[in-house]
Amino acid sequence: MAETGVISEGEGDPNRRDFIHIAAGAAAAGAGAMIAWPLINQMNPAADTLALASIEFDLTKVQEGQQVVIKWQGKPVFVRYRTPAELQKVVTEGAVGSPPQTDAERTKSGHEQYLVVVGSCTHLGCVPTFNAGDYGGWFCPCHGSHYDASGRIRKGPAPLNLIVPEYEYTSDTRVRIG
Amino acid sequence: MSEHESTYVPKTGVEKWLDTRLPIIRFGVDYMSLPTPRNLNYWWTFGGILALCLMTQIVTGIVLAMHYTPHVDLAFASVERIMRDVNGGWLIRYVHANGASMFFIAVYLHMLRGLYYGSYKAPREMIWIIGCVIFFLMIATAFLGYVLPWGQMSFWGAEVITNLIGAIPVIGEPILIWLRGGPAIDNATLNRFFSLHYLLPFAILGCVVLHLWALHHAGQNNPVGILIPKDREKKDLVPFHPYFTVKDGFAIILFLILFAIFVFYQPNALGHADNYIPANPLQTPSHIVPEWYMLPFYAILRAIPDKFGGVVAMFSAIGVLFVLPWLDTSKVRSMRYRPTMRTFFFIFLVVGVGLGWCGGQLPDAPVIPGFDGFVLLDGNINSYLWLTRLFTLYYFAFFLVILPFVGLKETPLPIPATISEPVLVGADAIPAAAPASPEKKG
Amino acid sequence: MMIGKMSVSISKVIASAAAAFGLMLAAPALASGGAAHPHSGGFSFDGPFGVYDQGQLQRGYKVYQEVCAACHGMNMMHYRNLGDRHGPFWNPKYPNPNDNPVVKALAKQVQVPDIDSETGEAIQRDATPADKFRAPYPNATAAAAGNGGAAPPDLSVMAKARHGGADYIYSLLAGYKAPPAGLQIREGQHYNPYMPGDLTPFWTGDPEHVPPGGFIAMPPPLQNGQVTYDDGSPQTVEQYAKDVAAFIAWTSEPKMVERKQAGFGVIIFLLIFAGLTYASYRRIWKGVAH
Repeated sequence: MAETGVISEGEGDPNRRDFIHIAAGAAAAGAGAMIAWPLINQMNPAADTLALASIEFDLTKVQEGQQVVIKWQGKPVFVRYRTPAELQKVVTEGAVGSPPQTDAERTKSGHEQYLVVVGSCTHLGCVPTFNAGDYGGWFCPCHGSHYDASGRIRKGPAPLNLIVPEYEYTSDTRVRIG
Repeated sequence: MSEHESTYVPKTGVEKWLDTRLPIIRFGVDYMSLPTPRNLNYWWTFGGILALCLMTQIVTGIVLAMHYTPHVDLAFASVERIMRDVNGGWLIRYVHANGASMFFIAVYLHMLRGLYYGSYKAPREMIWIIGCVIFFLMIATAFLGYVLPWGQMSFWGAEVITNLIGAIPVIGEPILIWLRGGPAIDNATLNRFFSLHYLLPFAILGCVVLHLWALHHAGQNNPVGILIPKDREKKDLVPFHPYFTVKDGFAIILFLILFAIFVFYQPNALGHADNYIPANPLQTPSHIVPEWYMLPFYAILRAIPDKFGGVVAMFSAIGVLFVLPWLDTSKVRSMRYRPTMRTFFFIFLVVGVGLGWCGGQLPDAPVIPGFDGFVLLDGNINSYLWLTRLFTLYYFAFFLVILPFVGLKETPLPIPATISEPVLVGADAIPAAAPASPEKKG
Repeated sequence: MMIGKMSVSISKVIASAAAAFGLMLAAPALASGGAAHPHSGGFSFDGPFGVYDQGQLQRGYKVYQEVCAACHGMNMMHYRNLGDRHGPFWNPKYPNPNDNPVVKALAKQVQVPDIDSETGEAIQRDATPADKFRAPYPNATAAAAGNGGAAPPDLSVMAKARHGGADYIYSLLAGYKAPPAGLQIREGQHYNPYMPGDLTPFWTGDPEHVPPGGFIAMPPPLQNGQVTYDDGSPQTVEQYAKDVAAFIAWTSEPKMVERKQAGFGVIIFLLIFAGLTYASYRRIWKGVAH
C-alpha cells in the first residue's frame, strides 16, 4: 500500500540509496553527536570541583610514632611521623611494594621522617587502620591488605602503594597539600 | 480514514519471536507508513517541531536538575554555578530557558493552524480537547519553572499568580496557604514547585501519547478540510515515511536555526533583566510581568476591575478553547473556503498579538502619547486599560458570538471534491465528502 | 524558495517570531521609566563576533578592586576566574587558572575571613585562587547600615540585571550631572539622568519638561586620575567607566565569547544541514503531485 499511493509515471520510487539521502542522514548523525556530547560532558567534574583546594598543616601537631588524619578533597590524608626505628626499617628494605619504590621516593629530602599519603586503600577505598598489620604500617580491615610504614603494599589484594599526593613544605614545620 | 492495515511482515527469526510477544517493530513500521494526505502544507510541520521541543526541554531539564539546588538561599547561586562552572552548563541552561519560548511560539502556531483549517471539528474534537489540556499543562509547567531561578521576577510573579488563587471566594485563602506551604512564598513553596515542575512534563508526555492516538484514529486533517473517501485513498494518501518525516525534519532544522539565533546571540532577549536580581521579598520590582507567552492572559486578567472577576476571565480565556468544537456551527472546515470567517480570523490574530502587547504595558500608560482622552469609569479612554478591554471583548466575542453566527450565515466558497483534483462541483452544492459528519469515517 | 505556498508559510513563521521578539524588546524600554537612553560604550564585545579586550578587562578589574570593591561584592566570582579563558589574566600556558602565577599573586593581595583549623576562631588570611571574591560586608544588614539604608548591590551579574547592560553601566557611571534647578533632592540621594525613575513628584519646573532619569543612593564614584593605568590609557572618568563596565560585562557573561563562537559553527552547520535535507526532500517528492 505504501508504494502504490505514489502517482509518478516518470521517476518511480525514490531510490533509497540516493546520495543526497545518505548525505542528509550523515548530517543528522553528526547533529546527533554534536547534541549528545555536551549532555554527557556536563557530568564531568565542574570547574569548581577541579579547582584544587589546598590545605596547610602544621607538622608540630604530629607526635613521633603517631599519625594525624586530615581531610583533603573529600578524602582522608595520613601525616605520619615515623620513629627512627621505623624509618631505618623502611629505608634498608630498599625498593619494595607495587610499583617497587624506595622510601626516599615517597618523602621529601630533609624531611624523611614525615610521610604524607592519601588514606584510601588502593583496592576498593576503605580507610586502613594505623599501626596494624604484619609490616608495622597499616592494615585494611575490608579485604586484608597490609601496608608498611612507608605506605607500600606488601601483602593482600591492593594493587598499588598508598598514593602520595602533591605537597610541598612551605616552612620546616608546615606543609601545603594540593 | 482510521487505522490502516498493517503491512509489516517479520522476516528474521528474532523479528518473528518479538512480533508474537511484543509487536513493537510492527507498531513502529505501521506508524511510519501511516497514509497521510499528500497536500499537507508547512503548517502541519509544527506537530513534529513540538515533539522536538518537548524532548529538548525534558532532556535539558533533567540535566539541569543534576546541578540545581531548590533552596531559597542556594537556588540563584546554583543557577549561576551552572552558567560558569558546569561544563557546557551555559549552553544547557540557555537552551532550556529559550526552549520554553520556542515551545510556545510553536504551540501558538500549531493551535492557529487548528483554528484556521477546522482541525477541531468532528471527528477530531478529542484531539483538540487533549491539545487544550496539553496547552494548560504547558502554561502551568512554564510558570513553575520560571520561579526556580529565584530572581526578582521569579518571586514576584509567583506572588501575584498565587494570590489569584486567594481571590476565589470562601475557599481561596485556605487553598492559598496550602499551595504555598505557609503564609508567604518561601522555601516550602520553592521546593514543591521544583518537584511539580519535574513532574508535569511527563503528564504532558502522556497527554501527547493520547493526542497522537486520537489523531491516528480520526486521521489527519488537510488544508482543503475534506475527509478523504475510501475510493480516493490510494490516490490522495502517501506514506508518512519518507514523505513527511523528511519534510518535518527540514522544518525542524529551520526552527532550530531560529532557536540557535536566540540561544547563541540573544539568549536573554526573551527574558527580563530583573530576574538576574536575587529575589527580595521586601522590595517589589517597578513592573511585574510574566514571560511573553503569558502576556495575553495577563492582560485579560488586569482588564477586569474585580480581582475574582479577572481570575475568572483569565481562566475562561483558556476554558473557551475547550468548547470550541461546539461553538463553530459551520459545516465547512477549512477557512480557505470561508472568506468571511477568514477576515474575522485575521482580526483575531491581530487582537491576540495586541493583547500580548498590552500585557507588557502599564495599564495607565497612554496608547497614543500626548493625546488627552476623557475618563471613562476607572481609567482614561486613551490608556492600555481600555485598549485591553476592547481586545478582550473581541477575543471572547470571536468564540462566543462570531464563530456560531458566521458559521450559520456565511456562504462558503465551493469546495473541491478531492484534494488531488480541484474540480469544483457547483457554487452551492457541498460534496458529500466535505461536511464534518462523524458517521463518515473516510 | 521555489514552492509558492511554502514561501508564504515560512515568512509567516518568521514574521510571527519577529513580532514576538520585537514585542519583548520594545516592552521593557517603556517600563524602565523616563531615563535617558544609554550611550554606546563602543565595546569590543558588541555584535555577533565580539570578543573581550583583555587589556580593558585588566584595567576594569583594577578599577573594581580599587574603587568599587569597598562597597560592592561579587559573590559569584572566584579569584581563579580571573585566569579563565577569555578572562583578564588568561595565559594559554596555564590552562588551569589555579596554577596561573598572576592569579595567585592577585588573590594573595586580598585578605579573606576564615576559621582557624586548630582553634576554630575567626581569622583573616591571604586569599587563594579557590576563594570567592572578598565580600565588603559580613552580611546584608551591615551593608545597608553602612550605606544609609540601601545595600550596594552585588555586581556579579549586573550587566544582565539591567536593561542596556554594559552600555547602561558605562553611561550611569560617566553620566552624573549637576541637578537642574527646581529639582528637590533628598538627603543622601544623587541625580543621574540614566537612572530609571520618575522625577515628576520632585520637579517644580515646567511639567512638560520633567528632567530624565532618577535618584541613586550612590554618589559619583569615579574621579579623573583616581586609578593609575600602566598601559598608557587615559586616566579619565570616561575611560574608568568604560573599563569597569566591560569588566562587569565579563563577570556577568564569562562564556560570551565561547557562546558566540559556538553559535557561528552551529548556524553554519544548520544552514548546510537545511540545504541537504531540503534537497533530500525535493528528491523524495519529485514527480509526486501535492
